[in-house]
Amino acid sequence: MNKIVANATEAVRDIQDNATIMLGGFGLCGIPENSITALVAKGVKGLTCISNNAGVEDFGIGLMLKQRQVKKMISSYVGENAEFERQLLSGELEVDLIPQGTLAERIRATGAGIPAFFTPAGYGTEVANGKEVREFNGKMYLLEHAFQSDFAIVKAWKADRYGNLMFKGTARNFNAMMAKAGKITIAEVEEIVEVGTLDPNHIHVAGVYVHRLFQGQNYEKRIEQRTVSK
Amino acid sequence: MALDKNQIARRIAQELRDGYYVNLGIGIPTLVANYIPEGVNVFLQSENGLLGMGAFPTEENVDADLINAGKQTVTMIPGAALFDSAESFAMIRGGHIDLTVLGAMEVSQDGDIANWKIPNKMVKGMGGAMDLVASARNIVVAMMHTDPKGNSKLLPKCQLPLTGMACIKRVMTDLAFLEIKDGAFHLLERAPGVSVEEIQAKTAGKLVIPEFVPEMQF
Repeated sequence: MNKIVANATEAVRDIQDNATIMLGGFGLCGIPENSITALVAKGVKGLTCISNNAGVEDFGIGLMLKQRQVKKMISSYVGENAEFERQLLSGELEVDLIPQGTLAERIRATGAGIPAFFTPAGYGTEVANGKEVREFNGKMYLLEHAFQSDFAIVKAWKADRYGNLMFKGTARNFNAMMAKAGKITIAEVEEIVEVGTLDPNHIHVAGVYVHRLFQGQNYEKRIEQRTVSK
Repeated sequence: MALDKNQIARRIAQELRDGYYVNLGIGIPTLVANYIPEGVNVFLQSENGLLGMGAFPTEENVDADLINAGKQTVTMIPGAALFDSAESFAMIRGGHIDLTVLGAMEVSQDGDIANWKIPNKMVKGMGGAMDLVASARNIVVAMMHTDPKGNSKLLPKCQLPLTGMACIKRVMTDLAFLEIKDGAFHLLERAPGVSVEEIQAKTAGKLVIPEFVPEMQF
């Protein structure tokens, strides 16, 4: 069994126009930098991107937005990105804003074979529009559904060639659930180690979920808010 | 004198108890971490997957893989735990967080809160705010009593799109500490030197004033 592909270009080779893809990361922390670069070079268009955030103007998903490759963003917070705002206001870009916990659970549900679930987040707000509401134990809940995603692209710290993944710090964020939710899951990692090197007790995502794997290069790991103490 | 943002944070910090697991929102809530009382150990939760958030790192300890929900670089305290975003919100939704502090644009006398969207302005998204307000057992809203134009932010009904309905029970402003129950704001404490009349004048929602309103103690 060998899930390793040569590079990002090879990993994203069959992502077609109008595909739905999940992209891991929180802000710019733990984003699949190499795969995003490859998608920009490939020039696929009409993408629906499920990602907590939309990058910044010149990094992350922002690079794909700039090339107008994204038709729709499904996110919880899209932050400051002038190009994003321009495309949204002009109607070129569609945005579906979802409470972050609901987004995370919908992604988890996608990988776990749960078609839908009830959550209290958004009850009594515009998020509830058109959704089934049900009362449990005196509290109101909304019915939320799993996604359908052609691809999930995640970034991990270490992996072996079977696709067992380990993350570092808060870079686990959406990556761990997304890895389980793609019809095809692509993992780019900082280091691929020999099988048997990773302690099975410490593996965050089992290889069963991962279809393609490559060792990324030149990680920039840009920091949005470098905040230090003396 | 009305409180400044740091004083609001300091008064909220008095609500912390030893062993609390706490989620602090962006803005004034973040400042609460600077005033944790002596002898009180709390675990700060960051919704992007960290329980046991520490201080900002020194320059040589900056790690791009370790940030908080405001995307700032942070550190971990000994005993910290890391997890994914679904797990983080399971913690929140499941009611495991003892205290949540967040900012707001408007709060109503029925406990509704609006803090994510202003019509005709660029919408950035609700992030985790809707999950937090819908699930947390113990929420303190930290905000200014009025907007920069002097309009009350404590209203009979929220004018802005809601973040959550009937979920806020306590509000700490630069003028007062209030409890929301039975469709009214109940005045618990006033900022030092601030009169009950001023608080009444700046509260558009129904305000219940007890006979004696103590000043906040610092």
